[in-house]
Amino acid sequence: MAKTMEPGNKLGQKMSELTEKVQGSQAWSSIFRPGSVFRKGYTDSPRNRSYVVMNSVLYHLHPVKVKRHAVKVSYTLCLGGLSFFLFILLTVTGIFLMFFYRPTAAQAWDDMYALQASVTFGLLVRNMHRWAAHLMVLAVFLHMARVFYHGAYKPPREFNWVIGVILLTLTLLLSFTGYLLPWDQLALWAVTVGTNMMGFTPVFGNQVRFVLLGGSEIGTDTLLRWYVLHVLFVPFVTVIFLAIHFWRVRKDGGISGPL
Amino acid sequence: MAEIPEHLRKRAEEARKKAEAKKAAEAGEVAAAPAESGADADAPAAGDSKIPAHLLERSKAAKAAKAAKESAGAGGELVGAGVGSAAAAVASAAPPPAAAGPAGHTQRLLTVVKAGSIQDVKAAPVDKVHVWPHLLAVEFVSALAVLAFTLIFSIFVNAPLLAVANINQTPNPSKAPWYFLGLQELLTMFHPMVAGVTIPGIGIFLLILAPYIDRNPSNKPEDRKFAIALFTVQMMFWAVLTIISSFFRGPGYNFILPWNDGLFFEL
Repeated sequence: MAKTMEPGNKLGQKMSELTEKVQGSQAWSSIFRPGSVFRKGYTDSPRNRSYVVMNSVLYHLHPVKVKRHAVKVSYTLCLGGLSFFLFILLTVTGIFLMFFYRPTAAQAWDDMYALQASVTFGLLVRNMHRWAAHLMVLAVFLHMARVFYHGAYKPPREFNWVIGVILLTLTLLLSFTGYLLPWDQLALWAVTVGTNMMGFTPVFGNQVRFVLLGGSEIGTDTLLRWYVLHVLFVPFVTVIFLAIHFWRVRKDGGISGPL
Repeated sequence: MAEIPEHLRKRAEEARKKAEAKKAAEAGEVAAAPAESGADADAPAAGDSKIPAHLLERSKAAKAAKAAKESAGAGGELVGAGVGSAAAAVASAAPPPAAAGPAGHTQRLLTVVKAGSIQDVKAAPVDKVHVWPHLLAVEFVSALAVLAFTLIFSIFVNAPLLAVANINQTPNPSKAPWYFLGLQELLTMFHPMVAGVTIPGIGIFLLILAPYIDRNPSNKPEDRKFAIALFTVQMMFWAVLTIISSFFRGPGYNFILPWNDGLFFEL
């Protein structure tokens, strides 16, 4: 038994020596900060559990500790976090789609068709972008309902609720501006219905409609305008409000208390 | 005054008695030669004090004058409290400690502040857990579940891509995206300015104002039945409008039954 184990043991010894050497190198410890599970000497200690959060750009939005009731899935259903996750998923899939799309009336629909027909994973990524967008609108609505039913907008969280409502309207705007981009009959007429409604704004109705359409009728200028709104302007504003929203969650004392 | 611990109260009482006895002994002397006796009594304190000499002199003179007045008249503190002349006569022998406390101390106990009455010294313990791994694991799994759902759904269900946009050919019916269909349904009941601008505008405005309108501090469902009822009715109202407009409206935006006339709904 001992004899058969020997070559394996030797290999294992070599491996652990190598690991030791790599993890002990300056390059390695300069990349993985304390708290990283890859760092030499990582153990599951309260100190390292704190470092994991404090020393990670991805996780440091969180506090080091949260109230125990906050990690119960039934309390928030993760709806706020999932809304943000869907926003990231939409950004990633959206960047992919941008490589294959030109926002002009002459080319938009053909590009969409070519994307689905001849781009690797084009159809799949487009589907994901569309379904994730609908899911995000739904998640944001449900997140708002959850916050209301928990009374989580009460002091000191009033202003974060206001930012949340702004984020809800931004989400609807993101979805609605994206709706036009495929430039098919569904897109054109859904947007026609929507912008006609906004054209009934008192006093400035016609001006509002003109600004939205980039003209008096939906056309290639509208497409360019909504494209820029969809891929740059609204996401830019949304990210700013998201940052304030998350920051305020921490500043207002973390997640709201149990019922 | 239940907050003062018993032993401290006793000590203060004893100190006060001692001081009264001392004052009573001195009282006659002070009355006879106020300025001189005052200077004698405080002489040792002046040596090791950091208070300027001229100020000390002034305060000594004032104290002596006060003591003289008090011993001549009735006891100041008890007259102030409105007790009868009999009590005042008793107190006249015991003026309040003026120059120094018992046994020459220059400070005395004013009050005892219980820990926590002004400042929260020890915060109430909150049951907390580390974000890693408790919260991050939950978030990771839920994100993964949503990603898996989106991916699998996208494999089996294609996003719609109808014929190329044609401004001259209006599809029948024309519907807005699903989240605006509630508003489109309102269009059948109100003027477009009311249904398309005023109602959603007021809706968003009221939503923003919700925390400032709802002044009820409790977040317990049993304390806020009205708010919950109002919000639920509101949500149900929009849900019903959206469902009607999505599934029960067909060509010409006329009322249909989806199980008879088919679905006129695209996501």
